[in-house]
Amino acid sequence: MNATAQIFDQGEYNFAYLDEQTKRMIRRAILKGIAIPGYQVPFASREMPMPYGWGTGGVQVTASILGKDDCLKMIDQGSDDTTNAVSLRGFFEKTANVRTTYETSEATVIQTRHRIPEKELREDQVLVFQVPIPEPLRFLEPRETETRKMHALEDYGLMHVKLYEDIAKNGHIATTYAYPVMVNDRYVMDPSPTPKFDNPKIDEMAALQLYGAGREKRIYAIPPYTKVKSLDFEDYPFEVQKFDKPCGLCGAEHVYLDEVILDDKGGRMFVCSDSDYCEERRAAGHVGPMAANPAAQQIGGHGTNAEEASR
Amino acid sequence: MNVFKADDPLLQVHNVPRYYGDRIGCTDVSFDLWPGEVLAIVGESGSGKTTLLNCLSTRLAPTAGAIEYRMRDGSMRNLYQLSEAARRLLMRTDWGFVHQNAADGLRMNVSAGANVGERLMAVGDRHYGKIRETADDWLGRVEIASDRIDDDPRSFSGGMRQRLQIARNLVTHPRLVFMDEPTGGLDVSVQARLLDLLRRLVADLGLSVVIVTHDLAVARLLSHRIMVMRHGRVIEAGLTDQVLDDPREPYSQLLVSSILQV
Amino acid sequence: MPVRLYLNSVGKSFTMHLQGGTVIPVVENVEFSVEAGECVVLGGPSGAGKSSILKMIYGNYRCDQGQILVTVGDEIINVADAEPRQVLRLRDNTIGYVSQFLRTIPRVSAEEVVAEPLIAQGTSEAEGLDTARSLLSRLNVPERLWKLPPATFSGGEQQRVNIARGFIAHYPILLLDEPTASLDAANRAVVVRLVEEKKAKGVAMVGILHDEDVRQEIADRIIDVTGFSADVAA
Repeated sequence: MNATAQIFDQGEYNFAYLDEQTKRMIRRAILKGIAIPGYQVPFASREMPMPYGWGTGGVQVTASILGKDDCLKMIDQGSDDTTNAVSLRGFFEKTANVRTTYETSEATVIQTRHRIPEKELREDQVLVFQVPIPEPLRFLEPRETETRKMHALEDYGLMHVKLYEDIAKNGHIATTYAYPVMVNDRYVMDPSPTPKFDNPKIDEMAALQLYGAGREKRIYAIPPYTKVKSLDFEDYPFEVQKFDKPCGLCGAEHVYLDEVILDDKGGRMFVCSDSDYCEERRAAGHVGPMAANPAAQQIGGHGTNAEEASR
Repeated sequence: MNVFKADDPLLQVHNVPRYYGDRIGCTDVSFDLWPGEVLAIVGESGSGKTTLLNCLSTRLAPTAGAIEYRMRDGSMRNLYQLSEAARRLLMRTDWGFVHQNAADGLRMNVSAGANVGERLMAVGDRHYGKIRETADDWLGRVEIASDRIDDDPRSFSGGMRQRLQIARNLVTHPRLVFMDEPTGGLDVSVQARLLDLLRRLVADLGLSVVIVTHDLAVARLLSHRIMVMRHGRVIEAGLTDQVLDDPREPYSQLLVSSILQV
Repeated sequence: MPVRLYLNSVGKSFTMHLQGGTVIPVVENVEFSVEAGECVVLGGPSGAGKSSILKMIYGNYRCDQGQILVTVGDEIINVADAEPRQVLRLRDNTIGYVSQFLRTIPRVSAEEVVAEPLIAQGTSEAEGLDTARSLLSRLNVPERLWKLPPATFSGGEQQRVNIARGFIAHYPILLLDEPTASLDAANRAVVVRLVEEKKAKGVAMVGILHDEDVRQEIADRIIDVTGFSADVAA
């Protein structure tokens, strides 16, 4: 038993690192955010024992909603075993002693940076996003006083100016991540740097979505089953990225793929960005076109090893 | 110019003062503005003309008094009793504001096309092709070549920026446009071109304009009526050519006699 | 013939504030009327106030005393106390002014300058430009100049452009401020014909004409302005 664990044994005072008053403050912000879907609620963001940009906003939200019985999953770029995910999982294992998992279906709280799991989420799950820049209007309007007023008055012409510029300069809407959405027909919101591929999942999602921006001190939320529309033009409708081949390892189609370099001779492969989803499919016997490649096997095996190590 | 189509005033200003603490910005200003009428406010720096313009355009709340505007539905509304949302809508649809410094009225980091299209998008236009077509049409009307539509205004000359600012304002067919020294800081030849363009647009579109200028030549060329301001008060008002050719007040006479003859 | 214009006890003086408030009296008790189809010429030496009277009728100068009554249809409007927009409306449809000096506007061609008042009265642009071209041709403005802005024209050419502009539209009242000054004989004759045509259409005219021949030809009545001199009255 380490030192931190001893502290909450003595009365569970600092369960999940934050003190109870702070958690209460954050929960109030979360509740307000849920009541006004897409609205950015200011909150007194705390110094966390990690640098800004590592997910301090998401960590504070997670810490405030975590209970002893929860099962936590940490994702960074779709994977459970990248640096950020590993450190933050370790942080909560240490400070809250909650159960953690790689499996999407098993988790009750999922904190993510960039991706939404491929597997459909349920009503009894909460998805927490780490957000670097919560203000979607910031690109064109640097004044916070002005952007707040624009939200208040639903003065959102500027958002389409950004999309117009995209089309004018690239022939199509080239925004591929942090793609702005209209929540509940009222607030324009930045869905954090998730690829726009995940935007349709945000719409009418069964799980509660909470967004935390630590440096910018903002929390916002989308309650379950809320209408979320990606902004677009009539003649340039919103489209998600399409991949012309399936996942090299598990053969999944219609999922978000990452490019992986296999060797220094130009060998490469596209694999599921959601590593848990990929493993589950392979365990169920799905085989992708690259699965037999030894270099690819090494990469595919990575997740499995890590999972074994954690058990 | 066949100016007056309606007998109802578009804008009515009743006793509007604006104080900065004890200091007078402007005071005792009352006038009516009719559809299609161009009113020039002249006077030297510090005479209160810009303060008055800002009060009229709801950019600065007057200390007292009332400013009423005829909405598109024909009803007369006190501007300072409208909700901020309604005022903003008015400002980006029915009104225009042309700043002396074009950078104040433009978004310098987005293309000319987007600058013109912004108002359309703000009022709900969602068809890229049509927005672009309208923007292109307006660039043509202010004599900016089509192939500059995707360029930032940063790459434009002062005169072009000013013309772009005008297009950006006129794209929603406003009925009332405020102008603050629109030709200030431009070369004489560029100024002449801009004035001519403004004169045509104002006549073609039947715009009502309140223009602040210290340049009496600009006032003579563009305006029907003139108000001379000094120390925050309107000291003389009337037909532009009457005030300029037969000024009555000492200060107006001084102003008129100070024009350099070319 | 009906009276179109009536000046009743009109008086005017200038106060020169920049010269210690010196008051310069110009005219007093000006009283005359002009009927439709009549051309009244104001006579008297320069400085007698002829030009000031014309400018007061046009609303360009303020009228200090008296009334300047103009008939517009069934209505009678007093220019002396009319609202600015009423004066502007009069200038669009009722009172025209032909002066020697053209106030040029950058980048507007000669034919457009000429056609503008007619188009403003509701004539189509094509017809307005046609009429403008035929007038310019009558006044011997070379055709190569029609499409150019008149700012660079010679003084005589500018004057003729301005005469064409003054005569093109239909105004029941026309004010002529030395339209023939410095014109050659041929062009003077054209102006005389234009005036005759306006008379035939029932236009009431008030003019200042120094040219004795022209005056003889077009004046129905000559009013000596020295009779209204403020100095004399005082």
